Amino acid sequence: MSKTETDKDQEELGAAGSQLSTAPREEPLTGVPAFGVIGWIRWFWRQLTSMRVALLLLLMLSLAAIPGSLIPQSGADINKVADFQQAHKTLAPVYDKLGLFHVYSSVWFSAIYILLFISLIGCIVPRAWQFIGQLRGRPPGAPKRLTRLPAYTTWRTTAEPEEVRAAALKLLKRRRFRAHAEGDAVTAEKGYLRELGNLVFHIALIVLLVSFAWGQMYKSDGTKLMVEGDGFSNALPMYDDMKSGSLFRSDDLVPFSFDLKKFTGTYESSGPNRGTPRTFQATIDYSVGAYGKRKTTTVKVNEPLHIGDSKVYLVSHGYAPVVTVRDGKGKVVYRDAVPLLPLDGNVTSNGVVKVMDGYKDPRGKSEQLGFQAFFVPTFDPKSGTMMSQFPALLNPLLAVNAYHGDLGVDAGIPQSVYQLDTSHMKAFKDGKGQLLKKLLKPGDTMSLPNGAGSITFEKDVKQWAGFEIVQEPGSIWALTGALAAIFGLAASLFIQRRRVWVRAVRGADGVTVVEMAGLGRSESAKLPEELGDLAGILYDQAPGAPDPDDAPATSPDPHVVPAEGAEK
Amino acid sequence: MTLAAATELATATNEHLANMSNTLIYSAMTVYTLAFLAYIAEWIFGSRSKVARTANALTDGGKQQAGPAVTVKKAGGTAVLERPKVVVRAAAGARDVPDGPGAHGGDVQGDMYGRIAVSLTVLAFVVQLAGVIARAASVGRAPWGNMYEFSITFTTVAVGLYLALLALKKNVRWLGLFLTTTVLLLLGLAVTVLYTASDQLVPALHSYWLYIHVSTAIFCGAVFYVGAVATILYLFKDSYENKLEAGIKPGSFATSVLERLPASASLDKFAYRVNAAVFPLWTFTIIAGAIWAGDAWGRYWNWDPKETWSFITWVAYACYLHARATAGWKGRKAAYLAMIAFACWLFNFYGVNIFVTGKHSYAGV
Ligand code: HEM
Repeated sequence: MSKTETDKDQEELGAAGSQLSTAPREEPLTGVPAFGVIGWIRWFWRQLTSMRVALLLLLMLSLAAIPGSLIPQSGADINKVADFQQAHKTLAPVYDKLGLFHVYSSVWFSAIYILLFISLIGCIVPRAWQFIGQLRGRPPGAPKRLTRLPAYTTWRTTAEPEEVRAAALKLLKRRRFRAHAEGDAVTAEKGYLRELGNLVFHIALIVLLVSFAWGQMYKSDGTKLMVEGDGFSNALPMYDDMKSGSLFRSDDLVPFSFDLKKFTGTYESSGPNRGTPRTFQATIDYSVGAYGKRKTTTVKVNEPLHIGDSKVYLVSHGYAPVVTVRDGKGKVVYRDAVPLLPLDGNVTSNGVVKVMDGYKDPRGKSEQLGFQAFFVPTFDPKSGTMMSQFPALLNPLLAVNAYHGDLGVDAGIPQSVYQLDTSHMKAFKDGKGQLLKKLLKPGDTMSLPNGAGSITFEKDVKQWAGFEIVQEPGSIWALTGALAAIFGLAASLFIQRRRVWVRAVRGADGVTVVEMAGLGRSESAKLPEELGDLAGILYDQAPGAPDPDDAPATSPDPHVVPAEGAEK
Repeated sequence: MTLAAATELATATNEHLANMSNTLIYSAMTVYTLAFLAYIAEWIFGSRSKVARTANALTDGGKQQAGPAVTVKKAGGTAVLERPKVVVRAAAGARDVPDGPGAHGGDVQGDMYGRIAVSLTVLAFVVQLAGVIARAASVGRAPWGNMYEFSITFTTVAVGLYLALLALKKNVRWLGLFLTTTVLLLLGLAVTVLYTASDQLVPALHSYWLYIHVSTAIFCGAVFYVGAVATILYLFKDSYENKLEAGIKPGSFATSVLERLPASASLDKFAYRVNAAVFPLWTFTIIAGAIWAGDAWGRYWNWDPKETWSFITWVAYACYLHARATAGWKGRKAAYLAMIAFACWLFNFYGVNIFVTGKHSYAGV
C-alpha cells in the first residue's frame, strides 16, 4: 500500500490498510532457502505463486503465442506447412524440432500455460481462504491519526459523541457498509464484491481451460459432402474425413441421421454486392436416435443444427452436374451427379468423372474411363473468359476431356475423388491429334472417337452441400466460464474496496470533535466524494458548533490540497 | 418500372451514396486540418505563459506556497450551514504536483484558439459521421467490411470518445492535438493506400455476432488509443518531473509543453482508468468473436492469426493490470507494458491484415 517507513504513524496506517485485498505480499527474490529438499520445494512453490512470477508467466505466454501467428501451422493449413518446408530447406527441420509448426500444442507452450495455471490455483486457494477470513473477521479499527489518511474531514459539533457515533453507524449501515463501533470510533468497510469478482474471474479462467481441454480430448470433427437426395447417418464410416481427440471413441457419436433435400442459394444480382449470397441454406430432414421422428429444418452458414453435443454446420456448396456415360454400343455404363469443387466465388468448378467398371472398349476389352470436368454455372461469352460470371445457374456450361486406361484405383492407394491420375491412361484425341475436348450445354453429348462411346451432360444439374459435423462436449461449461470471467472482471475493476472511519470525542473545551477519514486500495476521486457525501449527511444530524475564537483553523498537515469534488 | 430499371436505379443510388461518402470524408479531413491548425495555435499562444508550476511544487519553496489551501470546516456562528470540506492527500511516496492548465497555458488568445479547435473538431466529427453513414448505406451493411471502412469508423469513434469525455467535463482538451494528428494520418492512409471501392461480404460475415464483435472491437480500439496517448505523455511528464526533482533543468521546449499537461500522476491514473474500464469489454469482444467463429466455422478457437493477436493483446493488457497491482512494477514499468499492449492491438489491425493471411483475410488490400 505504501512505502515502508519506520515512522510509527506510517505503521499504524499500514495496519489500517491491511487486508484491504487478498493480493499476495511481494517477497524479495533473495530469500534462497538453506534447508533441504522440502525447503527448496516450499521456496519454489512460493515463487511460483507470487504475483511477480504470475506476471512473468503471462508475459511469456503472450510472447510464446507470437510465432504461431507468423509461421504456418499444421493444425490450420497443412498445405501451407508443406509449401514452407519446400521453400526453406534448412530452416524447416529446425522449426520442426522446435515444434514451431504446431506451437499451440508444443511442449514449451504447454509448459508455460500449465505452470501459469498451477500458479493460478496456488494463488487462488490461499486468497479464497484469506477472503473468507476477512468476511468473518472485522476490518481493523481506526488509526490514531485520521489526518494521515488520503481523505479526511473534521468539524466541531454540539451533539454528544455517543449520538454522533450512533448516527454514523446507522448511516453507514444504511449505505450497505459493514460497520461496527469500537471504542471512540466507528469502522466501516464496503466493496467486498471487488475481491469476490476477482476470485470469480481467476476461477473462471480455470473452468474455461479445463472445459476446453476436456472438449479437445473428447472432440470429433468430420466432414461430409452430400448431393441433393443423399442421406447420412452419424457413424464413423459415413464420414469423408474425420479428426478426433485422444479419448474419443466412435460410440460417443450422437445417434442421428439426415437427408439433404435441397440446397438453396440466391445471390445479389446487381450493385456493388453482385454475387453476394442472399440466401444460402440447406433444407434437411433429420431424425434423432434410431427411431426418432423425422423433422424438416434448414441449416444456414451461421446457424448450425444442434443435436445434443453435436452440431451440423453448412460449410460449403457447389454444383453436381448429372452426366451419363455410354459405351460404343450405347449401353449406359455410368449415370450420376458428379460433385465438382468450386475454384472461386462465382463457383467456377472442376472435378473428375471416373468410370471404374462396366465399360468395354470397341474391341470388347474392359477398360476404365476418366473425364476431367470444368464447370461454370454462368458462362458469359462477352466476358472473354471461361470463368463463371455469377454463382447461380444462369447459363451453365461443362467442359470435358477424356482418358482411357487404368485409373489406378485398384492399387489400394487412397486417391482423391477430385483428381485424375493419368499416369496409366491415354487421352482421347480429336481428328487433328489434339486433346479431345468440348464445351457442353445441358443436354449436349460429346462422342468419343472411333465408336468408343459418349458422355452426356444431362439437363439436370444438382447442387451439393458440404457439412461439418462437430461434437465437442463441455462447450457449455466454457461459455459459462467465459461469462463468469467477464462479470467477475467487471466487478473486480469497477468496484472500489474502501474503508471509512468516524471518530467522535469530546475535545479539551468540552465540545465534540468529529473526524472522518476514508481509505481505498488505490487512490480514487470517488473516495473523497463519497466521504464528503457521508460527512454532509452526518453533519445535518450533528450540526457544527462555533469555533473557539482563539483557535485558528489551520490544516493539521501542510501537504494537503482541497478535494476536487469538495471544492465545488 | 421494370425490374431491370429498378435495379439500375438502385445501383445508381448506391454509387451516388458512395461518392457522397467519399466527398464527406474528404471534407471532414479538411475540417480536421483546420482544427489541427487551431490546436497548434493554442499551443503556440499558450507557450507565452511562463509559470513553472511543477518546478515550484517540487522545490521546498513551492511546497510552502501550495500548502495552506486547506480550510477546515468553520461554522461561522450558528446560522451558516456550510458543509465540512474534505481534504485529500496523495498516498505516501507519491508526488504532489498540480495539473498543468492545458495547452493554452492560461493565455486568453490561446484559450480562444483552443475553443475554436474543439468547435472545428465537433464539425469535422459530424461531417465524418455522415460520411460513415453514407458509406454504410451505399453498401447496405455495417461500415466495417474492409480496412478502409474500419479506419474511417475507428477514427470517428475515437473522436466521438474524445468529444464525449469533453462533454462530461473531463480534463482532456490536451488530447486534441495528438488526436487530430493521428486521425489525419489514419484517414490519409485510408483514402490513399487502403481505399476499397466497395466489396462483398462472404456469408460467414452475415451474423449479428459480427455486429457485436466488430463494433465492440472498434470501440475498444478507440479507448485503448486514448489510453496509449495518455501513457506516452505520462512517460514524458514523469521523466520531466524526475529531472526537476533531481535538480536538473529540462530543455525550454520540454518545459513549455510539459508544464501545461496534467501532472504525471493524473496522466497515469487517467491512462489506467481508461484501459481498465475497457478491458472487460475487450474480453467480451474476444468471447463474442469465439462464439461467432463457433457458429461460422465450427470451431470456437482456431488460433487464426487475428485470434492469436487478439489473445496476445488481451494477455498484454492483463499483464499491465497485474503490473499495477505488483509493487515493483507500478509506474514506468507498467506504462511500458501498456505501450506494448497497444502496439499488439495496432499490429493486430494493420500488421496482421497486411503481412499475415488467415481466415480473417477480408481486409480488401
Ligand atoms: C491466466 C492468467 C491470469 C490472467 C489472465 C489474469 C488476469 C488478471 C486481471 C485482468 C486482473 C485485473 C483485475 C484487477 O486489477 O482487479 C487480475 C488481478 C489479479 N490477479 Fe490475475 N490473472 C492471471 C493469473 C494470476 C495468477 C497466477 C495470480 C497469482 C499469483 C494472480 C493474482 C492476481 C491478483 C492478486 C489480482 C488482484 C490485484 C488487485 O487486487 O488489484 N493472477 N488478474
